[in-house]
Amino acid sequence: MKHAQIAVIGGGPAGLMAALAAAEMGAGVTLIDRNSRLGGQLVKQTHKFFGSEKQYASVRGVDIAEILSEKIKENPKIEVMLNSTVVAYYPDDGVLGIEVEEKKWVKMKAERIVVATGASEKFLLFENNDLPGIYGAGAVQTLMNEHGVLPGKNVLMVGAGNIGLIVSYQLMQAGVNVKAIIDAAPTIGGYWVHASKVARLGVPILTSYTVKAAYPNKMTGALERAVIWKLDENWKPVPGTEKVFNVDVMCIAVGLSPLAEILWQAGCRMKYVPELGGHVPVRNENMETTVPGIYVAGDVAGVEEASSAMMEGRLAGLSAAQSLGYDDGSCEEKKAEVKRELENLRSGPVGEKIRKGLSKLAS
Amino acid sequence: MLATNGIPTAEELAPRIPPAERLKKGPVAVIECFQKIPCNPCYTACRVGAIEKFEDINDLPRIDFEKCTGCGLCISKCPGLAIFVVDETYSESEATVSMPFEFLPLPEEGQEVDLLDRSGAVVGRGRVVKVRKGKYEDRTPIVTVTVPKHLSMVVRNIRVGGGKK
Repeated sequence: MKHAQIAVIGGGPAGLMAALAAAEMGAGVTLIDRNSRLGGQLVKQTHKFFGSEKQYASVRGVDIAEILSEKIKENPKIEVMLNSTVVAYYPDDGVLGIEVEEKKWVKMKAERIVVATGASEKFLLFENNDLPGIYGAGAVQTLMNEHGVLPGKNVLMVGAGNIGLIVSYQLMQAGVNVKAIIDAAPTIGGYWVHASKVARLGVPILTSYTVKAAYPNKMTGALERAVIWKLDENWKPVPGTEKVFNVDVMCIAVGLSPLAEILWQAGCRMKYVPELGGHVPVRNENMETTVPGIYVAGDVAGVEEASSAMMEGRLAGLSAAQSLGYDDGSCEEKKAEVKRELENLRSGPVGEKIRKGLSKLAS
Repeated sequence: MLATNGIPTAEELAPRIPPAERLKKGPVAVIECFQKIPCNPCYTACRVGAIEKFEDINDLPRIDFEKCTGCGLCISKCPGLAIFVVDETYSESEATVSMPFEFLPLPEEGQEVDLLDRSGAVVGRGRVVKVRKGKYEDRTPIVTVTVPKHLSMVVRNIRVGGGKK
């Protein structure tokens, strides 16, 4: 049985910041990630980040991953377990079950746990949605940005949130033709600056459209044609408004839901809050769930974006360390500063959905 | 309309366009940021204090066009790639537009390129007069291109090669 003072599950923006913050207070940290390198989704983000200097604004996500990973490696208080997936939490004795490199089973008892497992992609229901060539946006980013493999030649992007817009831009940078970006909502969900970036490349954005069906090539069985149709104000498809796209790739970017299995296993109280992406853990202002000693941060606590995930991670890490008695006297002040940052990030019009979700969660 | 297709209307653009008097005096930044998002690197990038301090990080950037020197240090720092520098004093008939350009191949100085508007439509041909791609730009090169003067507020992208649709 391994022992850890603080186990951080997930090495994305939230987990990296949680580990660094806890170690900063003097606690020992074991950071566990299922991938072969740290960074989570940051490693696929080639755009410069928004926010302020505290969230590495104007630095590309992939470079933020590098900066934070280096800090983790240099920190003697932090042990990193890569290729390691936490698949179980035994509530009776609080033991974590970890599958290491797909062959070893390691049990770990941690005094505190920060769950920063992120989110998984939602999918869309339509005829033939399982054809080869139909991808989630995360898969396209992994293929293209991590492995240098193009997903195809002509793409229909489904979803005009930030992920759909950003991946469209990355596809165009890679020389792939994005025929259109569609979204079922009547307005663009992502940042308008991202929308303007793809618009001036000549990519049309069609709001109030959804996918009707996909059709395969008879020889290969892979996607060859996509048909979309317009939605009326009640989100009902309007027959006769169909448009056809000859595409070999359809990329689905219709949102994320929290990856909360560990929290369910631990018996954390969960609440369904659509604004936060689905079932999310109830927690206090220090990011501690209803199971004492288990903290959350990032998308698993409510789907948002990387800047706030980093701040939540820092808050959870500081809180977990403090609860074990690790506090150099600056902890309260640092926590207060992070809370102010989070409030600022969420205070504008684009934070309205998150604010609504968080107030529902707290009620 | 920005909310439905990402392309600002004339009404949406109007408040962001520098006054004609200022444009006559030389290069100036045009910040095409229309939505209150939590973001402030344009303020931290400006060395002459032309972009006002953000009271709330969600504020739209407020620029003092008289203080702005058109240096362009904000262009590559804007995560939204929403800042352009327009110089209407370049020549009798031509203005220049400096824009962020994250595509390969990069044009060479002197090269002719297609000029594109905010919807990606080709509106003319221009000549690249400068390409900035130093460490500061951090892989967001800044391309300065000549445009017919009347298109200084229209051209917002280029296509290298081009000459055809």
